[in-house]
Amino acid sequence: MRTLPFLVISLVVAGLVFAGALAVGNDYIFFAGYVVLQYVVLSTAWNILGGYCGYVNFGTGAFFALGAYSTVAIYNLIGKNELSHVIPIPVLMLVGGIVSGIVGFGMGYLTLRLRGAFFSIATLALAVVLETLIVNWDYVGGSRGAYILRPENAPLIGSYVRYLFLTMLLLAVGSLVIARLIERSRLGYGMATIRDDELAAEASGVPTLRVKLIATTISGALMGMAGAPFPYYIGYLQPDSTFALDYAINAIAMPLIGGTSTWIGPLIGAILLDSLQQLITVTISSAVNLLIVGCLLVAFVILAPNGIVGLFQKYFQHKDDDFVGRRPASLDEPPAVAPSGSAPESPA
Amino acid sequence: MIFSFDLLTNAIVSGILIGGFYAAMASGVSLSFGILDIVNIAHPAFIILGSYAAYMMNHDFGLDPILTSIIMLPAFYALGAGIYQIYYVAFEKRGQESLRGLAFFFGLLFITEVTLVLYFGVDYRDVEASYIGPTLHLANIDIPLRIAVPCLVSLLLIAALQLLLVRSFIGRAIMAVAQDQLALRLMAVNPIRIKRIAFAISIATASIAGAFLIIIQPVEPSVGRDYIGRIFAICVLGGMGSLPGTVIAAMLIGVVESLTSTFYGPSWAPAVSFGFLLLTLAVRPAGLLGR
Repeated sequence: MRTLPFLVISLVVAGLVFAGALAVGNDYIFFAGYVVLQYVVLSTAWNILGGYCGYVNFGTGAFFALGAYSTVAIYNLIGKNELSHVIPIPVLMLVGGIVSGIVGFGMGYLTLRLRGAFFSIATLALAVVLETLIVNWDYVGGSRGAYILRPENAPLIGSYVRYLFLTMLLLAVGSLVIARLIERSRLGYGMATIRDDELAAEASGVPTLRVKLIATTISGALMGMAGAPFPYYIGYLQPDSTFALDYAINAIAMPLIGGTSTWIGPLIGAILLDSLQQLITVTISSAVNLLIVGCLLVAFVILAPNGIVGLFQKYFQHKDDDFVGRRPASLDEPPAVAPSGSAPESPA
Repeated sequence: MIFSFDLLTNAIVSGILIGGFYAAMASGVSLSFGILDIVNIAHPAFIILGSYAAYMMNHDFGLDPILTSIIMLPAFYALGAGIYQIYYVAFEKRGQESLRGLAFFFGLLFITEVTLVLYFGVDYRDVEASYIGPTLHLANIDIPLRIAVPCLVSLLLIAALQLLLVRSFIGRAIMAVAQDQLALRLMAVNPIRIKRIAFAISIATASIAGAFLIIIQPVEPSVGRDYIGRIFAICVLGGMGSLPGTVIAAMLIGVVESLTSTFYGPSWAPAVSFGFLLLTLAVRPAGLLGR
């Protein structure tokens, strides 16, 4: 399928989703649906770097929070002029995306020339340092947190949460289109070679550092865009919960449960897992909710490394069990020479 | 001026003491990440598990936390061996350790943490021991025993580990497995078994580090997260798998954090380790005493 028909079809589906949500007639569906869509964007964004390139980002919360705090900064900047109600969410998304994209690029530039694990660890630490900065920055509320007044209504649509839902729906469509576009382009093939064997990719002329930097930038930017409307959704933003690792575990678990090699995997994972979470949070508790995410993640990476998509492919196409998008490893013997790290070192 | 000089020496001394404790936390990661290339993100969660083991024995039977942690060593060793076995069969053997292996440990981190939350709740817990209250005064320097005792035991522990690595057959095999698995196989040693032992030892250190943690500060299940960045920063700065390097790096980070929180306020301290990590990665990726 070409990109244009795909875009049209996904917009139609998005329209149907929105119409369906309207037909329910209860604003709760928008509140719950917003979170599901937010995770569709986050897991798609994570998958561009994690699934396509094979680099694990633990800093989803940090990029998300950057987007959210960009919004708070803008809100404070012009809130005094009583104009804050008219800043369109897409503009905020753009700003949040640019800020997070720049940080993603910087992180990648400093760490991606080294082995992959260093990038992952640096993203973990990134969340801590950004949280420290925000806690010490009084302008955006510091450790006290920041309040954002959500307007009652949005023009044309009715309640404001519907407007938030709609913008997030469009962002989700946009990120899926981007992910699919990358997957089928030279860039995507470059990413796949890096995931499979970075040294071989380098030797065949793939500009690995450049491809990885593009991936971190796009991925970071999308996460920031997902975070930008969040202050309006939640009303009160607090550093501790915004930078929490909970976003990271969800953004990792969803693509891995859905399947990392295609754009549809994160979509399936996010919808299934987050709907389940919404259910558990309401019926049992939010702590159990994280336990289940953790257990599902561990179970899937061990038992079904290619996720739900992989299970389907195996069932319908009888694909070879060993095909996991990597070098086939002999099953009887341990590899004779240990892989020297999570990814081969590339010349710095 | 005298006052600020006192402040300075006190900050440096407490930084060194805290650094000794950091070294105990980071030594396990130096083994698993530095030597075996297993990025065990869940290590802090196992440290918290150690803290709660110490808490339970202390609370129920009045046992000393450090003594408890030594009694618990075999249990943690077995836990580590079990985890490595799963990790090896599910990831290393299939060549998938980079993406899915990391996700596996990240999942373990949450499972451990939430299980502790469900069992113990999110209240802060602490332990009782004779050395937790008093403070030594040497000239103008205060040495709180609750930090000094963990620091000393930690240095002993690391010295013992280093001795094990350098002198014993198993230790040398562990160092060898990091360099050349094939050569090890040719010497009729099973590299998988050696890696299992090494990983089990690394988890066993979490038992002791956990006891230190709960002696130094009250613990609730998610405090481990604060230490993830710090532990890995120490490991990288120390030169990935060099235990003396780990001790030096831990004390360096301890001192700089202590100075930062004394002179700029404690809210800035968490950023220190990250600064060190980025600086190390950008300037000298091999760390201080890189192999």
